[in-house]
Amino acid sequence: MTLEDIANLVNAEILCGGEKLAALDVPRAYACDLMSDVLALCSPGALLITGLTNIQIVRTAQMLDIQSVLFVRGKTPPQDTISLASKSEISLLVTKISMFQACGILYKEGVKPCLLADMEE
Amino acid sequence: MPEPLDLEYDIVADDYQTAGEASSNLKETLKMLGISSPICRRAAIITYEAEMNLVIHGGGGRIIANIDEDKIEIKTIDQGPGIPDVALAIQEGYTTAGDQAREMGFGAGMGLPNIKRNADIFEITTEVGKGTTLRTVINFTSE
Ligand SMILES: Nc1ncnc2c1ncn2[C@@H]1O[C@H](COP(=O)(O)OP(=O)(O)O)[C@@H](O)[C@H]1O
Ligand SMILES: [Mg+2]
Repeated sequence: MTLEDIANLVNAEILCGGEKLAALDVPRAYACDLMSDVLALCSPGALLITGLTNIQIVRTAQMLDIQSVLFVRGKTPPQDTISLASKSEISLLVTKISMFQACGILYKEGVKPCLLADMEE
Repeated sequence: MPEPLDLEYDIVADDYQTAGEASSNLKETLKMLGISSPICRRAAIITYEAEMNLVIHGGGGRIIANIDEDKIEIKTIDQGPGIPDVALAIQEGYTTAGDQAREMGFGAGMGLPNIKRNADIFEITTEVGKGTTLRTVINFTSE
């Protein structure tokens, strides 16, 4: 599944990094509002689904080689978050639907969880 | 394998805006030195969690990274309040973080456990009222 597929599935608006959408393969996702949980459990290359929009979300993504973040419930991040993400080549998307809905849709379409994927290895 | 290199960063207390810049810079440097992605990520997680602890708990401080041919040592040093009970502090879920940190997604009490999990050597030296030093080492052979 590409990030473009994901954007279409959850009807997301692209805030930055749109040029990579079709080329970026996103096999897994992790949904969380706690940075340390993300740092502990999110796999590199996974989509991060979150309701937090502050700049530390992008920092967290940088640390883990996460290349895409989806904000839920229409929460558009502040400009500094978007600027840092652009600089770091991290794609930011925002969807109007809830975290539960976004996760449900993507899970049904075959996006894998990070933990399970790790356990299967 | 890279040449030995030392990096130092000053970290400001309660500055949630620039927090993470040092960790990001360290990670970029490691990548440029050609160090493998898994090791870079482990170093980044350790540094970032430790940097956030300086910001949130330590009253600011210093990050010192010594990159060697076969390992990286990452230390944080602060003159903050110290940790009264280290065994308790490294338990998953234990936190004394305040509302501001929590609102930003920190304060899950998973920072020290994350650091420990990613380090081959993990040592905390602390004295209440004096400060805390965290020392970690990652061996490049320990992927
Ligand atoms: N540098 C430090 N100075 C003082 N206390 C600290 C420091 N680092 C960690 N602690 C204490 O250890 C606790 C657990 O830290 P950590 O596992 O990183 O979780 P969190 O930062 O989410 O609270 C903190 O809540 C704090 O009480
Ligand atoms: Mg912490």
